[in-house]
Amino acid sequence: MAEVLDVALRLIVIVVVFLALPLVVGQMEHKAMAHMQSRLGPMYAGGFHGWAQLIADGVKFVQKEDVIPAAADRRVFALAPAVALVPYLVVLVVIPVGPGLFGVDLDAGLFFVLAVMGVGVLGAIMAGWASGNKYSVLGGMRAAAQLVSYELPLVLAASSVAMAAGTLSLNGIVEQWRWWWLPWQAVGAVVFFVAGLAELRRPPFDMPIAESEIIMGPMTEYTGLRFALFMLAEYAGIVVLSALTTVLFLGGWHGPLLPGPVWTLLKVLALAFVVIWVRVSYPRLREDQLQKLAWVGLVPLALLQLALTGVVKLIAA
Amino acid sequence: MARIPGEGLAKGLAVTFKHMVRKSVTQQYPEVQPDLPPRSRGVIALVEENCTVCMLCARECPDWCIYIDSHKETLPAPEGGRPRARNVLDRFAIDFSLCMYCGICVEVCPFDALFWAPEFEYAEYDIRDLLHEKDRLGEWVGSVPPPPPHEVGAEPPKEAVAASRPARGPAGRTGDEPARAGAGRPAAEPAEQAGQAGPSVGPSGRSQAEDQGERGPAEKTARREAPGSRAAIRAIRPPGALPKRPPASATPAPPSETPPETPGASETSGGAARPGFSGTERRDTSSTGDESPDIRPAAASPGDEAAGDAAAGADSPAPPRPAAGSPGDKAVGDAAAGAESPAPPPPSAAGSPGDEVPGEGPARREPPRALRNVRSIRPPGSLPKKDAPPDRGGEG
Repeated sequence: MAEVLDVALRLIVIVVVFLALPLVVGQMEHKAMAHMQSRLGPMYAGGFHGWAQLIADGVKFVQKEDVIPAAADRRVFALAPAVALVPYLVVLVVIPVGPGLFGVDLDAGLFFVLAVMGVGVLGAIMAGWASGNKYSVLGGMRAAAQLVSYELPLVLAASSVAMAAGTLSLNGIVEQWRWWWLPWQAVGAVVFFVAGLAELRRPPFDMPIAESEIIMGPMTEYTGLRFALFMLAEYAGIVVLSALTTVLFLGGWHGPLLPGPVWTLLKVLALAFVVIWVRVSYPRLREDQLQKLAWVGLVPLALLQLALTGVVKLIAA
Repeated sequence: MARIPGEGLAKGLAVTFKHMVRKSVTQQYPEVQPDLPPRSRGVIALVEENCTVCMLCARECPDWCIYIDSHKETLPAPEGGRPRARNVLDRFAIDFSLCMYCGICVEVCPFDALFWAPEFEYAEYDIRDLLHEKDRLGEWVGSVPPPPPHEVGAEPPKEAVAASRPARGPAGRTGDEPARAGAGRPAAEPAEQAGQAGPSVGPSGRSQAEDQGERGPAEKTARREAPGSRAAIRAIRPPGALPKRPPASATPAPPSETPPETPGASETSGGAARPGFSGTERRDTSSTGDESPDIRPAAASPGDEAAGDAAAGADSPAPPRPAAGSPGDKAVGDAAAGAESPAPPPPSAAGSPGDEVPGEGPARREPPRALRNVRSIRPPGSLPKKDAPPDRGGEG
């Protein structure tokens, strides 16, 4: 009985975090991006600096008509937002927030996370294919190409940390973490973060969406709540990527003075800010530049990191 | 110098971060009113009392959006000469749906009847409602801000200098030098006081009271609802206006004179009354704050310092005035000179109602200035008028 309660409580907390943190990140994006562009951003909704803007947006999306194009593959079309969103919820289950604070401690947690995150991209491909729209198909193809290119450096960088820690369990990795891993795994961290950004299709890697070229990519035909789910998936993706980077490379709950979970949360929010910051600062890459960055830049760097990790590990051992 | 890889990326991040920490320049307009400078071209305000229906504004208006109707009335002359004809304004309207806010009418008005007010929230649902009649135009007067003070140490405004000169007179050359001297002295004075008040004289002298007092807050309040500035503007007398309050106190028969005037023009009575009420508050300020003496004559106002100067010298009949004072005849200026010398009591009795502080300063200053200045003031751009030659002579 107690076990069931325990599991239920953990799941409820995870769902709440899953619903709340993306909103926080979204609001942060609204305001930070606005100020970076010398604007104020939302100021009215909710009264105080537009804190309720995203809630108001949600209400608006719910009220909109749910349009499905006649040429669409209805089932796939309807399923795509869920496929895009749910994997991130599942990933959150295995991410440790503090010592002993996690949904499930999987032995192969890292594998699980990387595999499930790859599924998230399938949502975009499905949406692109099912919409019956040339822009959507183009966007879907771009998303697929991006997934193929960036999954490799992502996995290589993550495996470097797994090598260093000697375990695939996320909890175990954080427990093994020492401060000097920061410089040691720095290159891997950058590669992982950049590749993760590309996987999320966040600017400057948002070729699949590219408003100026292909309208909204896979989301072109989506309206109302389904579109809102895609947006939520995007922000949930930011949260998950930031949390994973925190856990793998920044030492999770390790930190002076403050309690562990607070440290985790701080690191996650700081990384989310970096995601927004990068989005505001850089223009979108071209498709060929994107591929070049992956194969000429990130993959060799990830391999280098892997070699470095192995050498240091051997010498230390 | 080799380029550091990633330098450009870092620069981009730095730029956006700097912008984020910098204060945003966005104005929260409906909640926070913009802080518009004086003379912002928002709406045109009309001081009806000052309008002499000269039609200059209507004629100069590139859009022909000013409509003026008037009729003539004859007034018996105060001294029993031939009756005077004067224009009475029936309608003054500006169609803001046509107006292009060039401000030529304000520029061209020789009588200080038109002003820019920074109000801009008068949009209408029907374009025809943008035709503002004279009462609506008059309402804007309340929001006309005081003009910005001149720079510290700048020359005093032309109007102030001109006003401190003797009005006119055939004996111009002789009167000239003393007048110069008189003008020179005040000019120096304001410079000293400029730090505190600036050449508070303000070309038209409106709201000197505020200028004198606390500048900052006063200006702010003046923008939105400036009772002071309004009073000041109302107090401006057009140069051409006939003496409203009998300066005639100098002349033998004041009682016989005043009655005839009032029936003639409603405006005269109004004019006579207005300086009264607006005058009181002004007078108060002036009496409390020592040197914001005159606003009414302000139109023509000499710097108050100049005025003060003159007033100070007034006890002993000031040299310039009598000199220029001129045997001049029909002129108001003459009457002024006359009113001046007789000293405080008469003007107070005749012109300004009970406000008169027996105090020497204000009482002495006002009547003389109002009358003396009037003729001597020329709007900056205007061509010499018919009565200019004598003036020129007087001014040298």
